[in-house]
Amino acid sequence: MLVKTVFAGFGGQGVLLMGVCVATAAMNEDKFVTYMPSYGAEVRGGTANCTVSISTDEISSPIASSPNYVVAMNNPSLLRFQHIIKPGGYIVTNSSLVNVELGRSGVTQIQVPGSDIAEELGAMRSANMVMLGAYAAVSNVVSFQSLIDAVGEVTGKKKKELVEFNIKAIKAGHDYAKEQIKKFASIEA
Amino acid sequence: MKDAVTHYCQGCGHSVIHRLTAEVIEELGIADRAVGVPPAGCAVLAYFYFDVDMIEAPHGRACAVATGIKRANPESIVFSYQGDGDLAAIGTAEAVHSANRSENITVIFVNNAVYGMTGGQMAPTTLLGQRTTTSPAAAGREVHREGYPIKVSELLASLEGSTYIERCAVNSVRAIRRTKKAIREAFLTQMNGEGFSMVEILSPCPTNWKMSPVKSWKWIDEVMTPYFPLGVIKDSRKGSKKDAG
Amino acid sequence: MKNKEKRLMRGSEAIGEAAVRAGCACYFGYPITPQNELTEYMARRMMETGRVFLQSESEIAAINMSLGAASTGVRVMTSSSSPGISLKQEGISFIAAMELPCVIVNIVRGGPGLGNIAPAQSDYFQATRGGGHGDYRTIVLAPGSVQELYDLTRKSFELADEYRTPVLLLADGMLGQMMEPVVFNDKEILPEQLPDKPWTVKGAKDRPSRFIRSLLLDVDVEEEQNWRLYRKYQRIERREIRHEEYYMKGAELAIVAYGTAARIAKAAVKRCVEKNMRVGLIRPISLWPFPYEHIYKTAETVKHFMSFEMSTGQMIEDVQLGVKGRAEVLMYGRPGGVVPTPAELFRVISRAYNKIAREK
Ligand SMILES: Cc1ncc(C[n+]2csc(CCOP(=O)(O)OP(=O)(O)O)c2C)c(N)n1
Ligand code: SF4
Ligand SMILES: [Mg+2]
Repeated sequence: MLVKTVFAGFGGQGVLLMGVCVATAAMNEDKFVTYMPSYGAEVRGGTANCTVSISTDEISSPIASSPNYVVAMNNPSLLRFQHIIKPGGYIVTNSSLVNVELGRSGVTQIQVPGSDIAEELGAMRSANMVMLGAYAAVSNVVSFQSLIDAVGEVTGKKKKELVEFNIKAIKAGHDYAKEQIKKFASIEA
Repeated sequence: MKDAVTHYCQGCGHSVIHRLTAEVIEELGIADRAVGVPPAGCAVLAYFYFDVDMIEAPHGRACAVATGIKRANPESIVFSYQGDGDLAAIGTAEAVHSANRSENITVIFVNNAVYGMTGGQMAPTTLLGQRTTTSPAAAGREVHREGYPIKVSELLASLEGSTYIERCAVNSVRAIRRTKKAIREAFLTQMNGEGFSMVEILSPCPTNWKMSPVKSWKWIDEVMTPYFPLGVIKDSRKGSKKDAG
Repeated sequence: MKNKEKRLMRGSEAIGEAAVRAGCACYFGYPITPQNELTEYMARRMMETGRVFLQSESEIAAINMSLGAASTGVRVMTSSSSPGISLKQEGISFIAAMELPCVIVNIVRGGPGLGNIAPAQSDYFQATRGGGHGDYRTIVLAPGSVQELYDLTRKSFELADEYRTPVLLLADGMLGQMMEPVVFNDKEILPEQLPDKPWTVKGAKDRPSRFIRSLLLDVDVEEEQNWRLYRKYQRIERREIRHEEYYMKGAELAIVAYGTAARIAKAAVKRCVEKNMRVGLIRPISLWPFPYEHIYKTAETVKHFMSFEMSTGQMIEDVQLGVKGRAEVLMYGRPGGVVPTPAELFRVISRAYNKIAREK
């Protein structure tokens, strides 16, 4: 089983960190994992993205050829990646900033106002953590607990309060997305 | 200039310097004779913006490529456009020897104190105390490890062969006007067949300096110009000196 | 945090950390994408460990600084990407001639010329045919994962010391940029723990003076030196060939691929096997010395090979040299920095396989 996820947004929104957290969680669950960032001149112009591949088998290409999940932190990310999502896949959008319509069918969009939730919690900058929590709820590729542990491991080098705040943000995003998913389920049922 | 949107970051000096150079070429009526040699550096795509003939050079070799063009076709007005990594590190030898041969070319030398294109590594012109990704010590660039920032204009001015060398900046309207005049003087030097001319331009790189454009303009005044003084560094022209327009 | 010993590392950092843990005392480099992360990692780590990091004024300077440092016997590394490696070639030739140990990393990018910064395998000829002038070879190792980047960096230092020869680690922007879990399965060595080398030039204290050179004006002496090097290269060819096999048992079509291409080939081959096609993979890990013998033996039973490369076809010449006419050698390549998908390669292999089956 191979699951690919693209995290995409502005440079500075912390999308690379989201990928590293998920990859670390997968590694600690003893899964095969690769993490591939956009790099070099691609980064100029202010966009950033990374692809995390998680599998029970050796992973061949770390590149996002047809991801199962896309987490889009802004409009350009949605526009750029929507068409390569695998049919049946998911796109989790930061609806605080993403206001363009999804331009394709066959994928499920989960909208989470990540920046707004982060602002309510008191730190706009943590929108990435909110969206990370939302992604965890939607995907279940790594367990919620190992994601929390991974965030501690990755961001904990600097400050303890930061970790605690991040975890709060992740939980908020997770809960919000869970509600969304429930709604979807009831509509479909 | 071609009708194209440049890829430069907001507040980047390259866009201004492109415009000034293009205006001078236009005003001197040499667009049909001009051949430009852009570097490997953030300005690598300059051929998309300048509406004159251009040819890419390998990293650091622009002065040599320009020499070849000028020698093969002396009618053309040849300019290289180079960054500080390009001209003052890997291409030092080519720059020094072109100046020393009094090669009749014009060099537009963009000093932004970092390697812009590759992501903010230390350049030969990086100032003492300036932190970059390859001078990561808390104290930034330090003499005992990384040596001194090179004053390229003064260095080339010391060579008998160089003719016109001026250092300018593009961090204010006045400075920009002064830069345009210097570029004009440099091209005139070449048009009058008087040999090697260069304009060094202190240019902001807000992205790698991790500053806002406004802050980086101030940084040029407060930190760069005390070390890299502005003005005509050398003018040994005979004929064209008084042509200034 | 179940698995303490595993850490998620970027490819370029794995190379850097392996070098530090192998006792590398000096690193010289010049910025070029996509290997800046390695230079920047070394800037930090060498400073932390009190060792030598120097950003040179060019790749030419970097390789010559490496030459100088190597002559004192310390472990040395330099790194670059394709255009910069071209500039280093003169120096590499001198290092080979002077029989100095040195590790050179090439994070290959799309070319020729300035090209682009995407992953490519178009420097194969340059890497495996010596690269610079003169009759010499460099050992070339081609890792296919971040773990292997780590392991083979260590190995490169050992081989360089053992054979007193430059060793080239050949990767690409994808391997350099990606992160994967890495286990440090080696013991850290400090520079000062490495044994003294008996040929260094550090000053003639308590011994007669000596010199290291490559200028041998007397043709007989130069010829003898060339034969000496040749015998060394033969020794390396006998002892240092490395390769991996994947589903080769009973295969009728053998894909040959290295590095990033081999990762993709593995996925494609696996799909073929699942569809009951008899397809396998040979992955050369050392590109020089190349596993000619092994391919020759394989060609006794396997009558179809396909070289799969991220270039228009360079390694295919070595596959043909290995096969020696015993089998057909096909080619599939994507140059310019394109990384083909496993699905694309699967389609190519299926087509070739079906054609082979029909003709049988
Ligand atoms: C032989 C070689 N080495 C390295 C590079 C990578 N490279 C491209 S541009 C550049 C330097 C850019 O810095 P600078 O000349 O200061 O120009 P800026 O981007 O700051 O304008 C480097 C090292 C290259 N293209 N070729
Ligand atoms: S990185 Fe610096 S020099 Fe390059 S375009 Fe951006 S601001 Fe200009
Ligand atoms: Mg620069």
